[in-house]
Amino acid sequence: MSDDRSSQLIILFFAFVVLLNYPVLQIFDRKELWFGIPALYFYFFFIWLTLIVVVGLVVRKKRKS
Amino acid sequence: MALSLVIGFSLAYITLLFLIAWWVDKRAEQGVSVVNNPYIYALSLAVYCTAWTFFGSVGRATTGGLSFLGVYLGPTLLAPLWYMLLRKMILISKHQRITSIADFISARYGKSTLLGVLVTLIAVLGIVPYISIQLKAVTFGINTLTHFGGGPVAAPASILLDAGFWVTVAMAIFTVIFGTRKLDPNERHEGLVAAVAFESIIKLVTFTAVGLFVTFGIYNGFGDIFTQATYRPDTAKMLTFESSGVTSFSWNVLMMLSLFAIILLPRQFHISVVENTSPRHIPKAMWVFPLYLLLINIFVLPIALAGKMMFDSGIHPDTYVLSLPLAKGAAWLALAAFIGGFSAATSMVVVEATALSIMFSNHIVVPLLIKTRSIGGNDLVNGAARLLDIRRISILLMLILAYWYQKSVGNTYDLVSVGLISFTAAAQLAPAVIGGLYWKRATHQGAVSGLVVGFLIWAFCLPLPSMAQAGIISNTFVTEGLFGIAFLKPYALFGMTGLDPITHAAFWSLFLNTWAYAIISVNTQPSMLSLTQADLFVNIHKYISGQEYDILKREAKIGDLKAVLNRFLGESRSLSLFNEYQQANGFLPDNQKIAQAELISFVETNLAGAIGAASARLVIDSVAKEEQITLDEVMRILEQTREAVQHSRIMETKNEELKVLTLQLTRANEQLKQLDRLKADFITTVTHELRTPVTSIKALSRIILDDYERLDDERRTAYLQIIVNESDRISRLINQVLDIEKLRSAEQLHSVDTVDLREIMLSTVAGMQQLFAERNVTCSLPHSGDAFLVKGDRDKLIQVMVNLLSNALKFCDPVSGNIKIELHIKGHFVLLRVQDNGKGIPMHARDMIFEQFTQLHSHEQGKPQGTGLGLFITKKIVEQHGGTIRVESEPGEGATFEVKLPLFEQ
Repeated sequence: MSDDRSSQLIILFFAFVVLLNYPVLQIFDRKELWFGIPALYFYFFFIWLTLIVVVGLVVRKKRKS
Repeated sequence: MALSLVIGFSLAYITLLFLIAWWVDKRAEQGVSVVNNPYIYALSLAVYCTAWTFFGSVGRATTGGLSFLGVYLGPTLLAPLWYMLLRKMILISKHQRITSIADFISARYGKSTLLGVLVTLIAVLGIVPYISIQLKAVTFGINTLTHFGGGPVAAPASILLDAGFWVTVAMAIFTVIFGTRKLDPNERHEGLVAAVAFESIIKLVTFTAVGLFVTFGIYNGFGDIFTQATYRPDTAKMLTFESSGVTSFSWNVLMMLSLFAIILLPRQFHISVVENTSPRHIPKAMWVFPLYLLLINIFVLPIALAGKMMFDSGIHPDTYVLSLPLAKGAAWLALAAFIGGFSAATSMVVVEATALSIMFSNHIVVPLLIKTRSIGGNDLVNGAARLLDIRRISILLMLILAYWYQKSVGNTYDLVSVGLISFTAAAQLAPAVIGGLYWKRATHQGAVSGLVVGFLIWAFCLPLPSMAQAGIISNTFVTEGLFGIAFLKPYALFGMTGLDPITHAAFWSLFLNTWAYAIISVNTQPSMLSLTQADLFVNIHKYISGQEYDILKREAKIGDLKAVLNRFLGESRSLSLFNEYQQANGFLPDNQKIAQAELISFVETNLAGAIGAASARLVIDSVAKEEQITLDEVMRILEQTREAVQHSRIMETKNEELKVLTLQLTRANEQLKQLDRLKADFITTVTHELRTPVTSIKALSRIILDDYERLDDERRTAYLQIIVNESDRISRLINQVLDIEKLRSAEQLHSVDTVDLREIMLSTVAGMQQLFAERNVTCSLPHSGDAFLVKGDRDKLIQVMVNLLSNALKFCDPVSGNIKIELHIKGHFVLLRVQDNGKGIPMHARDMIFEQFTQLHSHEQGKPQGTGLGLFITKKIVEQHGGTIRVESEPGEGATFEVKLPLFEQ
């Protein structure tokens, strides 16, 4: 059980709590299409994918060492 | 589409699931675990995506816009914490053989029967609406496929003509067969998990197929569908939170509810904790599961928009996933989509009903039977078979309840609204579970209060008003408040208005639940068992590797324990367990002997796997006399552990001290060795110095003795002179060595007087006048007639003066030697300077001359005179008097020795 990894994941959790809640969402809640996709919809899926990738990297990085 | 086709396909699909489950179970019996794989684990977690996701999200998107995503972003958000949270829950559960969320909470707060009952009630009543929407979804799925375009489906004339009824019956049979085939002490169902994982793939593939068909078949891609949506006001408002009426607080609450749901829903706990094959699967599941959620959500909004744009209000948005392919003539795709939705519904119902039936039998029925002595005593009924029957009946009861709820209440609401009622109920377990994992001080009473308060508020604010709306109970408490008190309106509790019912109920129930939990916990004392369980839950890592300290002192006859195990696990299983114990511990006393606490715990733990921790405890209590253990004793046991820890800390510091001491000793030893070497050197040098004059005295004496006649007087005199000189040298050397020894042995002065340095100087010079004259050396003295008083030993200071003067004499210019003596007062010191006009001292030798046996050799002067101890002794004496000595010299211009002694001031 690595404390390093735990701390990294806790920090990630709080970072994404902020990213996926108001007032940050306010910025993207607009009637625009980005690349043909509604801005908020685009933002949600972008953050979602980022979280998956980052969690995957944190988990993978530690397993090697 | 013909009904027979739909049913035929569904049955064929179910058969396929059975085949998968059967094959996996068979492999498991052969010792190969197919589901022991992180990807299958992650896929089985996707049991989270039910008919709600498959049909309901689209419906939700048409009214609440993007808010449907909160249900999936919540679990995604929690994923990073799984590594700590889920892992801990799994470790605890495996250690304690916990088989359900009710078991978990009951075990944490002292294996409480009351909490087991309470959590089971909350779970069963809370989840019934959730099960009901699965039945509803399958029913309207069948209706949509068979009646599409044929107008609304007429209400069935009798229950036997109702598709919903037959769906319920089919689900019940399916669940009974899947979930209650055998009684496993660990409640592991590998076949079930494999089927669920397979269904997750079917869900994702079919939903994505519909999404692709709609987005790229009916429309020209995402850009096209979204652009068209912006032209219509009813679809454009679905694209932002602001226009679809999602507030910041309702979004927060939705995320929080779904974040709790992913670990607290009975089926999620069952799949992620109880069915988990290894905690090593967690890291991979942490990103694979969110990825699954992302993929299954991509097409929700496009499908919702397309349905909204293509259909009038006649078609319910919850059915768009089927209606869109049907409207475009893609009947086979619609059928596939139905199978996908059917997968979503069945996997949810099977796992949820299985998990609930375990809770129901272990925490409500079995404790009841034990209390009423229906099981236990000498009753030889096969407990294992009876337990399975109890579970089968409870599954049937729950599905009937869900069917009733759907018929009477569920029909008036859309899928997601009903599902969120269940989410709010599950969230009530959050304080007890999360507090229990990290807060040792939490007590049984706190957990009970929190759960009761949360459950009552939930029931009052969500299911009761919905039943009132459906006309089952009177509506007055909704409109006028409970007992006519306006502050007690279920949708505006304590006067809080402006929130949607879910947000409102979630806020009050969770807030007061947590508050009650915390306040009561702080103000009550945990029981002894609760105390040890709390320590185990909070500090599980301490227990995984180390020994569990057994606090309960219990005694039971081995025969009784065997009988109990036989009854609940069956004879073969209990025999193999006892064999296992015998192998591990090497012995098993005969039946009449009293079993030790260790064996009782072993039996209890294994029994807990079959009937839950609280029931197992009741059963064991019925055969074991428990010595009531006092709080003092518990404290003593805990204290012992703490003492051991403290002791080891003390040992550590002792160890450090030892290291330091060893280092000091090593250093002292080095110093001693060095001194020893110096001493040896000193002796070698002294003997050498003594031998040289002795040798010459001996040689010359022998010459004089042997050749006395042949030597002339002059020669003889010269030889004798040398002998006298050498003898002087020897006596001088011996005196000086004695002086050194004296100096060494007495670091401090013995006789201290006030002496006048000038007087000492004058008398010394007077005594040495003869020597100066012999060497033709002049001596210049200071003119001042003042006294230079210092504190010291007069004899020793004379010796300093003699040494300095004879040293100067030795190195004076041989032709016109001159010695200059000066006395000054500088600050608080007296300075005595003795200057010669010899060759001076080379730079490299200046530091050495004050060491013992340093003699300066030079070609011109040849063999040095003196012993090499004079300046060393001088330095020592000066230092004894608290002064210093140093030398200044320029080559060719003589040397100046300066002695600095503290001035005696009256």
